[in-house]
Amino acid sequence: MSNAAALPAGRAAPRFRRPSALPGFRLTFGITLTYLTLLVLLPLAVLLLRAASVGPAGLWALVTDARNLAALKTSFGLSLAAAAIDAVFGLLVAWVLTRYRFPGRRIIDALVDLPFALPTAVAGIALASLYAPNGWLGEPLMALGIKVAYTPLGILVALVFVGLPFCVRTVQPLVAEIDRSSEEAAAILGASRFRALVTVILPPLIPAMLTGFALAFARAVGEYGSVIFVAGNLPYVSEIAPLLIVIKLEEFNYAGATAIAAVMLLMSFTALLAINLVQDFSRRRFGHV
Amino acid sequence: MSETTVPSIRPPAHGGPHAALTEPRAVRIALTLAAVAFLALFLLLPLAVVFVEALSKGVGPYLATFAEPDALAAIRLTLLVAVIAVPLNVVFGLCASWAIAKFDFRGRNLLITLIDLPFSVSPVVAGLIYVLIFGAQGLFGPFLQRHGIEIIFAVPGIVLATVFVTFPFVARELIPLMQDQGTTDEEAALTLGASPWRVFRTVTLPNVRWALLYGVLLCNARAMGEFGAVSVVSGRIRGLTNTMPLHVEILYNEYNYVAAFGIASLLALLALVTLAGKTFLEWRHADALAGRGAH
Repeated sequence: MSNAAALPAGRAAPRFRRPSALPGFRLTFGITLTYLTLLVLLPLAVLLLRAASVGPAGLWALVTDARNLAALKTSFGLSLAAAAIDAVFGLLVAWVLTRYRFPGRRIIDALVDLPFALPTAVAGIALASLYAPNGWLGEPLMALGIKVAYTPLGILVALVFVGLPFCVRTVQPLVAEIDRSSEEAAAILGASRFRALVTVILPPLIPAMLTGFALAFARAVGEYGSVIFVAGNLPYVSEIAPLLIVIKLEEFNYAGATAIAAVMLLMSFTALLAINLVQDFSRRRFGHV
Repeated sequence: MSETTVPSIRPPAHGGPHAALTEPRAVRIALTLAAVAFLALFLLLPLAVVFVEALSKGVGPYLATFAEPDALAAIRLTLLVAVIAVPLNVVFGLCASWAIAKFDFRGRNLLITLIDLPFSVSPVVAGLIYVLIFGAQGLFGPFLQRHGIEIIFAVPGIVLATVFVTFPFVARELIPLMQDQGTTDEEAALTLGASPWRVFRTVTLPNVRWALLYGVLLCNARAMGEFGAVSVVSGRIRGLTNTMPLHVEILYNEYNYVAAFGIASLLALLALVTLAGKTFLEWRHADALAGRGAH
């Protein structure tokens, strides 16, 4: 509002913001920063400080405790696997929904976002019921000797469910925007359709697939509600890290809960950083995210 | 060199893309079937099973679920939490997008990243951070206990955790859109003598109303459906600090499947309404929403 006028005239001091005729910057910026700091930044800082106060040796001992380590391994390993499955099927779904016309396409397209909208607890009990030994899918799978519910496989199914929309929705807009002329050029130059798909169409989609993969992974690592019902939650076997945090909290073991949470936070920030790096690379290489 | 065969450019009779520019018909059908089968298996079946299980003992027991006092209390609490958390995040979202999209200042991109932060934090961790601050052994725990203020295992804690997990929804819909729209409309209105509040109310707000609605829709769905963060701070006291998703868990663990899936079916309906509203907005007002992507 009066920021610009308050600056001494004629001095090109490095300014915090460019002058603007619009009012309300101080008010809205102040509210934004206060709200963000109080609700998000300070609480996260408290968590990290609390983890740090245990000391590096203590933290290391907590993180490498056999049960904690097993839970972290389960969470990260299965999340990587689920994100990989989502990346592949996300590409397939995005391709089919964008390139082909078939009845029900619009409804199916809308349904892809279901894991975003469906509360995780609902997804959890639904998957548990489906894959239970007497469930719609559990029974035929049991006959084949595959046990899904209450095993790591059940966790994987739940994580594939929650991560799928990320992988479809990051790739889909790019499939829609593919420049048909490069496909035409490939065809005219005599490339087979398969070769055109692999060498012309796929490469620009890979950064988006990686972004989707990282988003699905970050979501899967932290997922709780949809997993705990179908996981069986057996220590060392099918116990995920977020559940272990809850268990430690219920035992009033704050240090243990905080240590696992700090590791998870650091991992998801790393995933966030990776996403930004991939997007930067993609912007430079392909001119789009 | 042998003769190269140049595919003819003549469009095919059915009007689709040229044969050289799409996959063979059999491949197209196979890919479509694979994608639809995958989605049916992973999305449609879990949705269907909720309603089938809820109605497995007939309509009577299903409806009786909602007459339970505990169920009603859970529904009321869920609505109460959403009614507090969603408007808070709307006000925040409007403030943040105004400051970020209409002004150019240092650290703007950092601020956007920080606003998105709650999306990359596990819901359980979101609950934990408030326990570490307000819980009995937390930073302010002794102070709060002396003054008889209850936050953890009470409604304020549930609201806090819900606000945290739904924090970015409105802001991230509005920021890119308002950045695209620029500042010329507002500048014109100011030049014509409108007061700042009037500019916001009659120029900015109408320009972003569909994106705002879109953000509110997603924010509300998450607020009502949040499970992990809320379960950490709630203490699951039946009739008092039990939201609908938590009530689903309690009923399920008591093997009361009809009631568990009954409450779950209500939440699933909410999800379907959210998806329908979202799809409608994307279809009808696509140009009034900025860069629809992953949410």
